[in-house]
Amino acid sequence: MTELVLSDLLRSVLRGLEITVILTISGSILAFVCAFVFGLGRVSRWRFIRVFSVCYIELFRGTSVFVQVFWLYYALPAFGLLLSPLLAGILGLGLNVGAYGAEVVRSAVQATGRDQYEACCALNFTRYQTFRYIILPQAFPRMLPVFGNNMVELMKASSIVSLISLSDITFQAQQFRIRTGQTFLPFAVTLIVYFILYLGILFFIRSVTRLANPQKVKV
Amino acid sequence: MTWDNHFVVMVFPYLLKGLQVTIIATLCSFAVAVCLGLAIAVLEKITRGPIFFLISGVTHFIRGTPLLVQLFFLYYLLPYANITLPAFGCGILGFGVHYATYLSNVYKSGIEAIPVLQWEVSKACNFSPFQTWRYVILPQAIRSVLPVLGNYFIALIKETPLLSSISVMEMMGEASLFGDMHYRYLEPITMVGVLFLALGMVARGCVGSMTRILGVLREKDDHSASSLKGPYENSKMDPSENLIS
Repeated sequence: MTELVLSDLLRSVLRGLEITVILTISGSILAFVCAFVFGLGRVSRWRFIRVFSVCYIELFRGTSVFVQVFWLYYALPAFGLLLSPLLAGILGLGLNVGAYGAEVVRSAVQATGRDQYEACCALNFTRYQTFRYIILPQAFPRMLPVFGNNMVELMKASSIVSLISLSDITFQAQQFRIRTGQTFLPFAVTLIVYFILYLGILFFIRSVTRLANPQKVKV
Repeated sequence: MTWDNHFVVMVFPYLLKGLQVTIIATLCSFAVAVCLGLAIAVLEKITRGPIFFLISGVTHFIRGTPLLVQLFFLYYLLPYANITLPAFGCGILGFGVHYATYLSNVYKSGIEAIPVLQWEVSKACNFSPFQTWRYVILPQAIRSVLPVLGNYFIALIKETPLLSSISVMEMMGEASLFGDMHYRYLEPITMVGVLFLALGMVARGCVGSMTRILGVLREKDDHSASSLKGPYENSKMDPSENLIS
């Protein structure tokens, strides 16, 4: 009996883990892209892009990720756009964390000294060259640790999608609880699995940080 | 189906009711988090060996796992331990403990930023460890991290919708219920978003002025303590450097 329950639990958790990992990875990629697009948009030359980026950042940082995911899933169909729960989850998480990441990108880029820009100007670099060869190599390693924190936040926030009927680990744990009446087991296992994911992300970010060591990419 | 102002008017009273719960829950949880976080930070600083590893392991675990699952854990498991809290109390406990682990890190960074000289001076003045913490270290550490505490307060507000998953009827819970009843989610959820934006702005204003007021008060309070500062040291930290991390 217990063996049956345990194997059932294992199977549910693994099935849920797949969804959580997909969400975390695709959400992080979307967040990464958004962070760069809107973070750089905030320091753009064109006023329109600046205003648009600020609006995006303030909107997504000002409201809760919970509300955003629910809005995408429940309110968007009113405009004729029906998203699958997975897509709504990825979009909600990615756009939310991307807004936080955009501020990180902006502050890292702005933290680069003014003299660097002046030197680039003196060397007649184009704006693209300045950014690609001078600013980014210095700013990127500075962003990484904070990106790591954001990725952890995203992984943790991904549990919210269980409330829009996407079967991630949390959802599977709930289902298991309802199915078997066991309470401690599913949630304890879920917490441990999330913690392992957390350690995995920490390890990943640490390796990436080592790769992007400022000593190596020094210009 | 497009935007209907009629529904906005209809849902608003419910949302205001939920807003009260949101604000009360935020304030209570933050009060728990501020006290517990300080306790954890100090404990992590004064303990050594296995107890230290136990505390830091547990805080890491809490920080690394989703608050939603922790809330479920508390909500469904506390009754088995013969502790029957109402859902609201469960939520406060969950939020408080979760944010305490964040805040303990913040406090720790504040404590670590205090120059070693201060400890040495306290020892030279024959302060007991308690006196050192109470009159020298903590007042300075807490003052320097006030802006960061404020940021976490604002972050906490935005996580309160999680409470609706354990049946606390805060703003999001009211909106979902209204949506379920009328089968219209656009207006309720959008209004919740708008209210959160407004709440965030108000909170940011409050936190800003509170930080300023507390900072000034503490400055006056610690006038005697500030004479303990060595002549060479520059203990004025820039609080904004903590803001990014």
